[in-house]
Amino acid sequence: MRPYTFAQARSVREALRDAGPDTAFLAGGTTLVDLMKLEVMSPEHVVDINRLPLGGITLDQKGLHIGALERMSDVAADPTVREHYPMIAQALELSASAQLRNMASIGGNLLQRTRCGYFRDVTTPCNKREPGSGCSALEGINRGHAVLGTSDACIATHPSDLAVPLVALSTVVHLASARGTRSVPLDTFYTLPGSTPDVENVLRPNELITGITVPRSPWAARSLYVKVRDRQSYEFALTSAAVALELRGRTITTARIAAGGVGTRPWRLTAVERALTRRPATPATFEAAVSRAADGAQPREHNAFKPALLRRTLVRALTELRERR
Amino acid sequence: MNEENDAGHGRSGVSRRNFLGGSLAAVAVTPLLTGQAEAAETASAPTADGVSQVTVRAAVNGSPVTLRVDPRATLLDTLREQLDLKGTKKGCDRGQCGACTVHVDGRRVLSCLTLAATATGREVTTIEGLAQGERLHPMQQAFIDHDGLQCGFCTPGQIMSAVAMIDDEGGARSDDEIRERMSGNICRCSAYPRIVDAVRDAQRVMR
Repeated sequence: MRPYTFAQARSVREALRDAGPDTAFLAGGTTLVDLMKLEVMSPEHVVDINRLPLGGITLDQKGLHIGALERMSDVAADPTVREHYPMIAQALELSASAQLRNMASIGGNLLQRTRCGYFRDVTTPCNKREPGSGCSALEGINRGHAVLGTSDACIATHPSDLAVPLVALSTVVHLASARGTRSVPLDTFYTLPGSTPDVENVLRPNELITGITVPRSPWAARSLYVKVRDRQSYEFALTSAAVALELRGRTITTARIAAGGVGTRPWRLTAVERALTRRPATPATFEAAVSRAADGAQPREHNAFKPALLRRTLVRALTELRERR
Repeated sequence: MNEENDAGHGRSGVSRRNFLGGSLAAVAVTPLLTGQAEAAETASAPTADGVSQVTVRAAVNGSPVTLRVDPRATLLDTLREQLDLKGTKKGCDRGQCGACTVHVDGRRVLSCLTLAATATGREVTTIEGLAQGERLHPMQQAFIDHDGLQCGFCTPGQIMSAVAMIDDEGGARSDDEIRERMSGNICRCSAYPRIVDAVRDAQRVMR
């Protein structure tokens, strides 16, 4: 690990004031400490933000508010989240391990870096880690890599499970910086790699995530997160689906759908949502709708199975939700 | 994985206890630098390599400790190297194996991804802090009774993880749930069936 200076902040203002050039904010540390050890990240200054008053899980007229420093395990166990937004709790519980969920914060989860092995290996070229050095994954071991939103510079998969249901539910991220506060839809918070895969979101230098708001989503009470992976637990997704359905009788009135494990960012599937809306919740409807799921996919040598697996994952989620009373 | 004291694999209770709990004598940690003025917790003083050290005041296995740490030092390395609590094991050192699991404020966390500098005001419990004197914690006893290990390197982490799974998280309702909730602790010897037996049994005793 490279040397850095260390400070502990007790307020957002103090954290922002402490932040200088090349500063990293430290919450759970499950990404930052790991990547500092690998020297993938080498900030000059680390500000411990764990004592900032950024907790709280509340539901009101506007929706569900979650403080950035809430831990994954606490959000997953929260009765309000479980009742009104079950797929958020499910995505959290299917993430990582119990120990990591006790540590990792919600803000940090949204900023976790890709698990691409080349990104994590400083001896190999990687445009995300070292712009202009090339992408080792294009012709390398790319079984876990993205098929949607990729570019010639980067095919790294976005690793967060949580971000998938949050994108499906039009979540808003609240940010604070020395210039003030702002709120950004999570869907546009994440950027596509294009020719600058080192830029992953619209966060400005020394800007801090203070919390998120998931809008009131009555349909989210009937929602499900399905994750397909190489082992049953403690593994990142090959594909995943976050699906919320509102049904009137047998007719789908609202569908909110996003996919994980397949995109360079969490992938909202609006074409699939449209193809489901105002149609009967039948296998035929599901099959027709998911045929659009991997539109534009660019599979590589080892991940060519992903478009078909994504379609099957979506059908499974839709079928399970339909049968739930 | 070359610790001389970790080879105990015999049938006698004594070697098992040493193996499971490390040296019980290590529980009584001598507070370092006690009496030091109540300086700011992050007060820094540059060292030879230009890194400013950080003062940490925490409780480890019930005893207050004050330490000066490099801001890069993990809780894992600090427990092992500064406090000589070598029951906590360094497996992958990347947050992937669970061997370094300890409790911070009663919750199971990975000490390899926790910076010691963030531990001020926290209560840290390691495998050395589980036994009550000579009386083993029910989870330690259950791992012995069920032979829930082979090489034993992962065992302190398994035990710390299982104790918090029951005490802090409400426990598991089935063997499948034990397997799911213990999935963050990898056993390279694959002693999983007996680990599940041990956790199930200890849970019954602990409740």
